[in-house]
Amino acid sequence: MEPIIKVTGIGKKYNITHHKAGYITLRDVLSNIFKNPFDFLKYKAKEMVGLEKKEEFWALKNVNFSVEKGEILGIIGRNGAGKSTLLKILSQITPPTTGEIKITGSVGSLLEVGTGFHPELTGRENIFLNGAILGMKNQEIVRKFDEIVKFAGVEKFVDTPVKYYSSGMYVRLAFSVAAHMETDILIIDEVLAVGDSEFQKKCLGKMEDITQKEGKTILFVSHNMTAIKQLCNKCIWISKGNLKMSGSTDNVVGAYLNAMPDKPEESSSTTIDQNISQLHGTRFTNIDISNTNGDKVLQSDDRLKIKLHYNSDNENQIDNARIVITVASESSKNTVLRFDSNVTEESFSNKIESSGEIVCETTDSINLMDGTYLVDIDFLIDGVSVCYMQGIRKFEVETSLKNYNYKNYPDKTVCDYITKYNFKLK
Amino acid sequence: MNTPTTTIRPKKLFSFADLKEVWDYRELLYFFTWRDLKVRYKQTAIGVLWAIFQPLLTMIVFSIFFGGLLKVPSDGVPYPIFVYTGLLFWQFFSTALSDTSNVLIVNQAIITKVYFPRLLLPLSTVTTKFIDFIVAAVILVGMMIYYGYTPNLAGLLILPLLLLITFMASVGLGLFLASINVKYRDVRYVLPFFIQILLFVTPVIYPAGILGKHSWILALNPMMGVIQSARAALLGTTVLNWLLVTISLLATASLLAIGIYTFKKTERYFADII
Repeated sequence: MEPIIKVTGIGKKYNITHHKAGYITLRDVLSNIFKNPFDFLKYKAKEMVGLEKKEEFWALKNVNFSVEKGEILGIIGRNGAGKSTLLKILSQITPPTTGEIKITGSVGSLLEVGTGFHPELTGRENIFLNGAILGMKNQEIVRKFDEIVKFAGVEKFVDTPVKYYSSGMYVRLAFSVAAHMETDILIIDEVLAVGDSEFQKKCLGKMEDITQKEGKTILFVSHNMTAIKQLCNKCIWISKGNLKMSGSTDNVVGAYLNAMPDKPEESSSTTIDQNISQLHGTRFTNIDISNTNGDKVLQSDDRLKIKLHYNSDNENQIDNARIVITVASESSKNTVLRFDSNVTEESFSNKIESSGEIVCETTDSINLMDGTYLVDIDFLIDGVSVCYMQGIRKFEVETSLKNYNYKNYPDKTVCDYITKYNFKLK
Repeated sequence: MNTPTTTIRPKKLFSFADLKEVWDYRELLYFFTWRDLKVRYKQTAIGVLWAIFQPLLTMIVFSIFFGGLLKVPSDGVPYPIFVYTGLLFWQFFSTALSDTSNVLIVNQAIITKVYFPRLLLPLSTVTTKFIDFIVAAVILVGMMIYYGYTPNLAGLLILPLLLLITFMASVGLGLFLASINVKYRDVRYVLPFFIQILLFVTPVIYPAGILGKHSWILALNPMMGVIQSARAALLGTTVLNWLLVTISLLATASLLAIGIYTFKKTERYFADII
């Protein structure tokens, strides 16, 4: 049988540009032309004959794979490996530089929970708006409306503006709309494992349901190996833009976990093991984890604050920097929080000083159960991990029953991508 | 069953399939427009009146200063109704233009996460402004009754054409500005100034007649033909000048062609550079 998705030689190139504010301004371009007209002409001429080489970065290179109908394909890989780029190409958000993809059937993609949700609009209005943005027909939404509301469990609040929703309700509603899309292929990025574990089970169940009963095909990206193992029968592993391995989930996940760097021994609070992988001579000199008041032991309703001091041997400013912090429960090893400077609403400046301090702070309470949590920190430059530290820090959460928001998170054992956070440069 | 097949390749050039796609997504166009109106009317206490207040207050201020104190001529009709007719079309054009130029940046979150024909965003913005136009036109009807003007039949027939020109002109120029605004983020700071200048070279507060024999230069500005013709049709200020309407139509067509070309050329890369 013809595969439903056939990916042949897909590559995606980004030109790394070095401009001050992360984007070009017309003022700079014009003043450059007027100040140095000859340099500008020389540059243009060189560019035309291909002498002037731009700095290039291949986010994906020659990726080939195919997916059969009814399969759930897991896509795994480290931060910056190119997983999200691949999904964006498959969803037609960005075109590939090379290669071709043949897709038979309609595609629905869920790269973010609640894309296009408007806080001022009610649940009902947002279902229609979000459904339309995701490509659902009006009739389709009308037909499935009750089912969507019931699945999300927001029957009582359907005419309340979503700005009054708890984050749990918000995310359940958003997921529910997407799960009811009538497309042949569903592309899901890291958003499945949201909300409480009960809802996550419901989501996983729904995913299995729609592949088995309705014959849909799902492509699923996650850092959560438990979910991948539970859901996917086949898996591909992407590493540094290349397809490193594909095959049965057990084999690929096993190989992936084996390749992860070993966890360093518990490190003391001020010095950091210097032997961790370092490129560009980038390192963290101090990592400080506390709540917003500076207490080292956190409460469930505290906000988390992570201060990172870093320096690098670079003399110049660093372009295209990205910080990914993941917090995993020590007992279950499941990721419970993930902060990615590429996914914050407030933009994290792309050009940062060669040394300084980065502060990541949640704007919501963390809502974590009591226990010990491990923190991984990944520093990426131009999509390449230059300093990756797994389990580099631990912190404790204590909880008194009255502080814990059981309504929203009866048992938060899975990753929560909805705790809002921001990154700041100091 | 007929299953759609998609092929994703490095670069797609403009094709008529794109227009068909916009048509297939027409429901989303409706939802974007509906969202913009709904949100605006929910956020402001005066809601729908906002669309009326803006041109009404501008009309009052202009009538006092330009009509009353400066004695700007108004082709023999009372200055308030003269300037309001101009303002009505002008505000449709200028607000549509400035909102369209920013529409891609405002909807950045959706553009980088979901695929849909990007052309829908500017189209829905202009449609929203068109609805504001309809609301504000109520005042004009009231003023026409008050001052005792009845439009002739030919006048009423040409109005849809004038609206179409205004719609297309703001879409065309808006698409062009939106595309360069994605790349050069300082464009939006220049834009209000640019629109301000446009207001003064368009006969909104003065009649086109005061320009004398050089008025043909300004005819290249499609809004001049639109406003001039609207006044002729509704208030009988001058004889309807078909040559002027034709020039406006041609200028609009070129603006639209340039706009769509620029937009299409950059469209596929919006998500990468935005």
